[in-house]
Amino acid sequence: MSKVVFVDTSRCTACRGCQVACKEWHELPANDTRQTGSHQNPPDLNPYNYKVVRFSEHLDGDTVRWYFFPDQCRHCEEPPCKMEADEHVKGAVVRDGKTGAVIFTPKSKKLSAAAFEKVRKFCPYNVPRRNPDTGAMVKCSMCNERVVRGMPPACVKVCPTGTMNFGERTDMLALAKKRLQELKAKHPKARLVDPDSVNVIYLLIDEPARYYEYAAVPEGGPLGRQQFLAWLFSPLKKSVDTVARG
Amino acid sequence: MTNHWIDIKNADAVLIMGSNAAEHHPISFKWVLKAKDNGATVIHVDPKFSRTSARSDIHVPLRSGTDIAFLGGMIKYILDNGKYFREYVAEYTNAAHIVNRDFDFKDGLFSGFDAKGRRYDTKSWTFEMDGAGIPKRDKTLKDPRCVFQLMKKHYSRYTLENVSAVTGVSRENLLKVYEAYGATGVPDKAGTMMYALGWTQHTVGVQNIRAAAIIQLLLGNIGIPGGGINALRGEPNVQGSTDHALLYHILPGYHGVPLADWPTLADYNKANTPVTKDPASANWWQNRPKYVTSLLKGWYGEKAAKENDFCYGLLPKAEKGVDYSYMFLFDRMYQGKIRGGFIFGLNPMNSLANTVKSRASMDRLDWVVVSDLHHTETTDHWRRPDIIPADNKTEYFFLPSAHRIEKEGTVSNSGRWLIWHHKAIEPAGEARTFGYMVVGMMKALREKYRKEGGALPEALLFQDWPETFVAEDWTKRINGFFLADTTFGGKAYKKGQLVPTFGALAADGSTSSLNWLYTNSFTEEDGNKSKRRDPKQTPMQEKIGLYPNWAWAWPVNRRIIYNRASVDPAGKSWNPQKALISWQDGKWVGDVPDGPWPPMASSGGKNPFIMQPQGFGQIFGPGRLDGPFPEHYEPVETPLTAHPFSRQLSSPVYKSVSSDLDPLAKPGDPAYPIVLTTYSLTEHWCGGGETRNVPALLEAEPGLYVEMSHELAKEKGIKNGDEVIVENVRGKVKAVAMVTVRIRPFTVQGKTVHLVGMPFCFGWSTPKSRGAANRLTPSVADPNTTIFELKACQVNLRKSDKTGGTA
Repeated sequence: MSKVVFVDTSRCTACRGCQVACKEWHELPANDTRQTGSHQNPPDLNPYNYKVVRFSEHLDGDTVRWYFFPDQCRHCEEPPCKMEADEHVKGAVVRDGKTGAVIFTPKSKKLSAAAFEKVRKFCPYNVPRRNPDTGAMVKCSMCNERVVRGMPPACVKVCPTGTMNFGERTDMLALAKKRLQELKAKHPKARLVDPDSVNVIYLLIDEPARYYEYAAVPEGGPLGRQQFLAWLFSPLKKSVDTVARG
Repeated sequence: MTNHWIDIKNADAVLIMGSNAAEHHPISFKWVLKAKDNGATVIHVDPKFSRTSARSDIHVPLRSGTDIAFLGGMIKYILDNGKYFREYVAEYTNAAHIVNRDFDFKDGLFSGFDAKGRRYDTKSWTFEMDGAGIPKRDKTLKDPRCVFQLMKKHYSRYTLENVSAVTGVSRENLLKVYEAYGATGVPDKAGTMMYALGWTQHTVGVQNIRAAAIIQLLLGNIGIPGGGINALRGEPNVQGSTDHALLYHILPGYHGVPLADWPTLADYNKANTPVTKDPASANWWQNRPKYVTSLLKGWYGEKAAKENDFCYGLLPKAEKGVDYSYMFLFDRMYQGKIRGGFIFGLNPMNSLANTVKSRASMDRLDWVVVSDLHHTETTDHWRRPDIIPADNKTEYFFLPSAHRIEKEGTVSNSGRWLIWHHKAIEPAGEARTFGYMVVGMMKALREKYRKEGGALPEALLFQDWPETFVAEDWTKRINGFFLADTTFGGKAYKKGQLVPTFGALAADGSTSSLNWLYTNSFTEEDGNKSKRRDPKQTPMQEKIGLYPNWAWAWPVNRRIIYNRASVDPAGKSWNPQKALISWQDGKWVGDVPDGPWPPMASSGGKNPFIMQPQGFGQIFGPGRLDGPFPEHYEPVETPLTAHPFSRQLSSPVYKSVSSDLDPLAKPGDPAYPIVLTTYSLTEHWCGGGETRNVPALLEAEPGLYVEMSHELAKEKGIKNGDEVIVENVRGKVKAVAMVTVRIRPFTVQGKTVHLVGMPFCFGWSTPKSRGAANRLTPSVADPNTTIFELKACQVNLRKSDKTGGTA
């Protein structure tokens, strides 16, 4: 049974402790960022940020809504990135059967730029990035080296509010469903994002697109051909059926 | 905090005002969200919609500087709608006290105003006494001269119309908050108020908090789980540094600083020790002489004796009426009256108001010693961008400081918990701890005075000074020792043993303690209690998360202060489901009670507010310099030209300094129509000197921005991400426009008023982070505390034409 990170965005204060802890645990250098009129910085996932808190604001009538989305790899049960990478370099992407962590290995340096681009497009959540210096594909590793030693991922460890949770899949799903139930009354659009196919499960209180373009696999939305093919050939029948029914 | 972090979870309503708790005290939201899980309503009243607002049930935007109007409206709502907790108000507060016949309030001024001296004579702000010298009370609260009726009259002007017109908050939003929070005025409900610098940094800062205290007293929310007035203290140790007298006006343990008018210890004690004739009042400060003598014994050891007034004469004395706070300190520096000084762990060139002036002031020093973790705008002031370093006459010394994880010792958190921190690693390079620097420096100075003499060498040579700095030795000294064999509480103590509690401190020189509040923290019986990490609780304590065996809280491990107010006069909890203390079988159980006496109604019982001379919660607060009832006054720089319901526009007694670098915009100045408020953000701490040197934090928040509404941006032709110049009568600063729906235009007295906000954490020492927002803020301050009005001033802004030239 996989381990699951349950991200309860209804508790997130966007303190970015997770973003910073991720960077520090993986000893990643800081980007030379600029203030461009947004708190979201760095503006996107990049070779040195496996985790970025996304900010999106809306004005509904007189009500301000400010949504926070601590974005990271979803660690799919059947990862499309692995399927595509396997076509090019076996072992560039592996999945730890014990924890469910999907990991980009040093072998990913052997992927050509074009092959990397294909892998990136196959990810429905737009997660993979490539380190320009080493050529390696990089992303969140679920802190697998911590997890196999009985420690939670760094982002979960630092979270002060109960947004980031970690545990066995059954326990996390139970917590996620309990929280969803509690929030439904006040937030009828609340939902869990793709809970059956991923191991980083987000709870949102509004439409995913109001958080971020790639927050969820869009239901019947305009998926790119490549992504659609990846989806079609993946064993995620349930999701495929959903998409096909549109 | 009267309460503590975990206790926030016990609240039924959480009012966060004058604070952006989720951003500045992230851990607080662990407990706010637990309260919310349990059904509490979380309310955020603040000019902008922040990360705190995002997690609150209600966000109400308020024009900066109008908190008293908002809170005054709530007082009126509570009174008009009978939402107050009647028995609590009548029994535990001074609502029933009869006020001096000469007290009055007219045209925005309280009685006793001296217009020429810009100060009040407060002799009419007193109570009528009966023949026995005890305040007269009318517990029916009907006497027209009682506090309750005077309060009702005072706030009768705070109608929804008036409050809405001045604050810019809609009537609907006012009522939404008043109803939700007013619902806690019943015995089994609690409301907590969380505030920070958003309340203190105004010319009416103290009165903002007084208004909150009045509401909490009216609703019976003081002294109970889930209640309280909770000042969210900064970083880990702002509470501890205040307790130990970081500020000039007090000695450790909240004793007023000695004045030249009090040449002897007897004079000092007479002037500072309150008296009461009411046997039901504990009047805790009657113990002050014991604490002050013990403090002097702690400082001067064997040299302090009854014969030499315990060396009281060696303490420096302040001149009456002279203000030694930053605002006046830097003004004196600007006038060339100060030659040099020490700055430890502070970045005043970025974090003080009006940095244009504070920077010019520093240039007039001959020498300055700065100790910090990193190079900051202060350590490197001599080479700032707009000067030629060779022309700067000041000699700078930089002492690299150890980081807090590079040293051991205690911190006192916001909930008054004394917590031991272990050293994780050795200080890097030449960095040394503050204790090492100060102990070493004093040793060298003492040696010099011993050899060479000088003016008053005893002031240094008489001190009981150690050879080296050992943190835990000071934890013991702070707790205090018996200096003679003594029997206390039926137990014999030897000379040199630790005192078990402040009840053992004496005024005869037989005990020492560097801070009476901390006695009981390190005892012969239990050792260093700041190291305790035991989560054990009784079932009663478990219900409210009291954790009495985890670390230690001042005073005497009391977790919620004024807890005698949580029970009725017979000693029964107002809310048995969340009982804090309870009188059972002739003793108190639960929290450590506010004094050992039996319940108030019993023989020997005491009034619950033991730190007040008469033992009552102060709805009428005569101890302030600007009035016994909070009154709405506009910020000194205001978009208005007239007060909507008074003749007095701004505080009649706010403090200010005047120089060529202290100009102020006139009220309603059309050249500066926009309200500016300044603040911090999660990613940077205070002036930013530390956090701008943490790469992952600087990456997340790399530079200065100005948050503004879409409406204002459109008016000014500014797009999100444009560089803009924000300017006023004092200075100008470049920032990136952050155009957002999170700031909305206010409608004030029927007109649109725009507000913009800027963080103050950025400065020139970090490349590309742009300049200091504090170039714009004014040198005007609260009359009681001299805290700057950093939260409200007037500016204008325009799109930058790239020729601005501001650092």
